Amino acid sequence: MTLPRHAWRGGVRVPRHKNLSNTEPSRAPPLPARLIYPLRSHIGTAARPVVGPGDRVLKGQCLAEPDSYVSQALHAATSGTVRDILDYPVAPGDVMTASIVIEVDGEDRGIDPWPSLPADADGDAIQRRLTEAGVIGMGGAGFPSHVKVREGLTRTVRTLIINGVECEPYITCDDRLMREHAAEIVAGARWLKRAVNAGECFIAVEEDMPEALAALQAHPAEGVTIGTVPAIYPAGGEKQLIKLLTGREVPSKGLPIQAGVLMHNVATARAVYAAVVEGRPLTSRYVTVTGGMTRPGNWRALIGTPVSHLLQEGGWRGGDQRVIMGGPMMGMALCSLEVPVTKVTNCLLVQEAAPAFLAAMPCIRCGECLRVCPVQLNARALYEYSKAGDLDAAQDLNLFDCIECGACAYVCPSHIPLVGYFRAAKAAIAAAERRQRAAAENRGRYERHQRRQAADQAGSATASPLPAAAGEDREALRAEIAAAVERVRARRAASEPPDGERGGPA
Amino acid sequence: MLPWLLLAILGLAAGLAVTRPARGGRDDAALAEKTERIDALLPQTQCGLCGYHGCRPYAEAVARGEAAIDRCPPGGAATVAALADLLGVEPLPAPVSPPARVAVIDERLCIGCTLCLDACPVDAIVGAPRLMHTVIAALCTGCGLCLPPCPVDCIQLRPVPAARGAG
Repeated sequence: MTLPRHAWRGGVRVPRHKNLSNTEPSRAPPLPARLIYPLRSHIGTAARPVVGPGDRVLKGQCLAEPDSYVSQALHAATSGTVRDILDYPVAPGDVMTASIVIEVDGEDRGIDPWPSLPADADGDAIQRRLTEAGVIGMGGAGFPSHVKVREGLTRTVRTLIINGVECEPYITCDDRLMREHAAEIVAGARWLKRAVNAGECFIAVEEDMPEALAALQAHPAEGVTIGTVPAIYPAGGEKQLIKLLTGREVPSKGLPIQAGVLMHNVATARAVYAAVVEGRPLTSRYVTVTGGMTRPGNWRALIGTPVSHLLQEGGWRGGDQRVIMGGPMMGMALCSLEVPVTKVTNCLLVQEAAPAFLAAMPCIRCGECLRVCPVQLNARALYEYSKAGDLDAAQDLNLFDCIECGACAYVCPSHIPLVGYFRAAKAAIAAAERRQRAAAENRGRYERHQRRQAADQAGSATASPLPAAAGEDREALRAEIAAAVERVRARRAASEPPDGERGGPA
Repeated sequence: MLPWLLLAILGLAAGLAVTRPARGGRDDAALAEKTERIDALLPQTQCGLCGYHGCRPYAEAVARGEAAIDRCPPGGAATVAALADLLGVEPLPAPVSPPARVAVIDERLCIGCTLCLDACPVDAIVGAPRLMHTVIAALCTGCGLCLPPCPVDCIQLRPVPAARGAG
């Protein structure tokens, strides 16, 4: 049984560099000294902590609960003590994020797993279990899986796609996972298929992953079609794979469900199996650690492990090479190596040598970027508008449909960092919208303030929250303030530390 | 003759009565709309650095042609360019934007006098009489208008910590 293949435009063949890390079985690193759990590490709202500093926690114990519908639960990956909840740098960009930090005690004691769901459990029960287990999309975007299942419960799912198309160079974590846990992935796929009552289910891998394909095909399941897609980057992109397998397109700014599709990553499918059958929350994942190091490979890393811990185990001795989280096409260079592995961290790539800096040359209008764009965007025009700061024109050309795959920049003969321009333009638009919102809120509060003051001056006692309006007369108030000022002056002179220490006004 | 004359006078009076306020209303409406569009381009810090008591009064002055478009330091070059674009005039050199700052109340010294609550144009300070006040940093525009009224000088402006990475 093979998968359907529909016409798909764009994409580029890139050197794969997969053999560097996919030949050895995955390994488990020693326990790190501490684990870091950012409360916000994906789309949606931050989780709400249910533990506090000093609390002892066991493996599998819930640390934070979802705070809204689009939010995730977090669980301790091993036993230890909560040291603190504080702002911690999180990739990409070292954004300071409130995080739970756990001091690992090394005993690795756990709580009992939840009971398996009965084989006839309905979609609601599966959805509740996925919420409880903190399962989110492990392919990159980190969209909570229970939300996708909920979408599938309320709308018709024609096709469920389990995505094993690991199209970025160097990354092999899904490849190794499929080779080592194929049965669980197929079982997870069947649970998902039943939960959303999908018409058909595809598990797709790339043509050049014969071992993973064979491992999956060793576990045939009714209603699940396992097959390959061409190894063209970015065939594993959500909208690209949907087009390739179903011929249907996801509308601009739309969700796959609008094309009758739900897509989950293979690692997510396995996490679904673990949650539903084994009763375990999501606390670890495969991470490829590859590039310039002595022992590249895949690690079964605990969620929350500092990146530096995995790099050391991989035999990277440090140096001035860049470390990239993700792959070479879409990954982000890390500023700090203390950032934690999260549920969406698939790869740590140490650049083997500092890349020769190629200065961008003028655009020669060759059109290569238009040919390879998997979304059929006019990358050349988007570049000109983004560079010129004409953000409205860039938005009119559907800038926000850019999936930042980097194919255009990869083929550009003038070495123009096109995606860099697009990301900057998107960020500028987002910042402008934030400013606009803040200004509108300021205006509202200013107007209310003005109205209150006007009412106050007109003598309306009820309109003002200020003390003078509460029946006291202003003279008495002034006297009271003067007395308080005197008390503060005396306190400052007598007991308060000098200004320098508290950093107060001179 | 006389009835015709009366009728003519009556007609003239009625016409004037109808058109005068209407024309005046149209002018007012146009001015109000222009003010609205100018106000939408201002950063709404309500800081008064333009010399007017808030963004709205400045927008009204610009709409009437009484104030230049380069009087808003927090808006900087972007606001000058947007105003020039809206009004169809040549952009002027932009004023220097003040650094982003946020007011901080030293809570050990605050006496709870509520004078800063009155002074803050965007209601970014919370507090109650005789109780400690504090600034909601996310709402503070850093205008500094709360500093002069404070009888114990317990408020200061601090630089906003630079946002790291893509926020």
